[in-house]
Amino acid sequence: MISLRHVSTTFAARGKEPVTAVDDVSLEIPRGSIQGIIGFSGAGKSTLLRNINLLQRPTSGQVWVGETELTSLSSEQLRQARHQIGMIFQGFNLVNNLTVAQNVELSLKFAGVRDAAARRRRAAEALEIVDISEKASGYPAQLSGGQKQRVAIARALATKPEVLLCDEPTSALDPFTTAGVLQYLADVNREFGITVVVVTHEMEVIKALADDVAVMENGRLVERFAAHRLRDTGFTPATSIGRYLVSEGITVDRSGPARQTVSAAEQTQSPAERAEATAATGGPGESAHETPDRILTTVQGGGRL
Amino acid sequence: MSWETIIQRLPEIQVAMLETFAMIGVAIPLAVLFGTPLGIWLYNHAPGGISPTPKSHAIVSGVVNMVRSFPFLILLIAIIPFTRLLVGTSVGTAAAIVPLTINAIPYFARLVEQNITQLGPGAVEASRAMGATRGQIIRNVLLVDAKPAIIGSITITTVSFISYSAMVGLVGGGGIGDLAIRYGYYRYETETMIFACVLMVALVTFAQWSGTRIARWTDKRVTA
Repeated sequence: MISLRHVSTTFAARGKEPVTAVDDVSLEIPRGSIQGIIGFSGAGKSTLLRNINLLQRPTSGQVWVGETELTSLSSEQLRQARHQIGMIFQGFNLVNNLTVAQNVELSLKFAGVRDAAARRRRAAEALEIVDISEKASGYPAQLSGGQKQRVAIARALATKPEVLLCDEPTSALDPFTTAGVLQYLADVNREFGITVVVVTHEMEVIKALADDVAVMENGRLVERFAAHRLRDTGFTPATSIGRYLVSEGITVDRSGPARQTVSAAEQTQSPAERAEATAATGGPGESAHETPDRILTTVQGGGRL
Repeated sequence: MSWETIIQRLPEIQVAMLETFAMIGVAIPLAVLFGTPLGIWLYNHAPGGISPTPKSHAIVSGVVNMVRSFPFLILLIAIIPFTRLLVGTSVGTAAAIVPLTINAIPYFARLVEQNITQLGPGAVEASRAMGATRGQIIRNVLLVDAKPAIIGSITITTVSFISYSAMVGLVGGGGIGDLAIRYGYYRYETETMIFACVLMVALVTFAQWSGTRIARWTDKRVTA
């Protein structure tokens, strides 16, 4: 369904070193699947997601969605193609001065649905899917975070897209609300066969929702594995970043004397580099679940994820 | 202090009030009419805007800054040839409206640019992802969300230019502020001066009060 072929994205600012956010990533996402993309902040996962609908045009490489090569389209054709690709965001991005129903109608308006009655009917249907019809005449400010994200999902679904891109959809939500929103995403995937791509830094989200996981680090796709393997007790990701992301919970060492300084080398290292360093100096018999704890002891004070 | 002076001056005061209303009533709507698209243009073409064109943005932005930095009295005199071309005369209320409007357009445009910039990129990004055209984003998203702020900007502009309009006496523009200066200050009619100032305060208070009310009424960002 989605095919990224040697996609790279470089940001060049005048007077600064160019930054390669996405570095030669190739990824095939089958129709109807849920693809998770995980990595730390700055790993390039959000840029990669924006490459799919060309919100961020890649510097090189091809992007295919369905039978269309998006990277070859004119801006007008791209605009049309985007009606088939829904997107939701961490910050919901609703229009605050429009009602919930009007927000959903907006995507239909942009998709060229001229008939106002048809827009209203289809918006009502979309709100029904995420069970938020009773808030249709309310404004976003009157909703909770989870409700806002459901409205955003309804807005994205109203045009009946084939793909739904989710940029950190639950990162602003508490675990309970997160579960609710993820359930809707799973339902939408199963019921309508929509291909879902979820970018997140939370392995919990991947574990609950995804079919397949792509791990990103420094703009590169470093590892892929089937998400169900996360439930296997013996599973160990191949890369240190993968192992680190699989670790559950955050531990902070509060015993012993406080460390005054973190060395410059430690500060400039990425968490994965720190993991490598720790693994290299670590004792024998290390399992995947030990490594993260050791890292966290090393980076205490600066290791909050 | 005697009311008689004021009563004597009532016909002039009445004329002056009408002149002020005429100046503000023409200059502000014109400033909104031309300043809003100019403000949107500035937002749109700024580096990081919807369609950045840094070079032409720098030029237009420079012109806006130039007009805004001119002391109003000097602008008033400097554009007299243009005023004459436009309204056929360089004195009187009609002639005063020209420099007021010229000054108010970039003033208002900057406020609108700020109002839109402050909204942040979120809703614009979502709209682009939904395949919206630039025009649709401006009409359906930016102007909708910036509306309460823009109404606030209209209020600020109105209040500022009620005060500016007092200076156009220099080209015979008239108005209540000019009356305060001519009769009150130059002719030592303190009563007239105070009365005219009270009228101006009342005018500004009313403009601010109604502006705030309308802005609050259109703002759905906070739950009532």
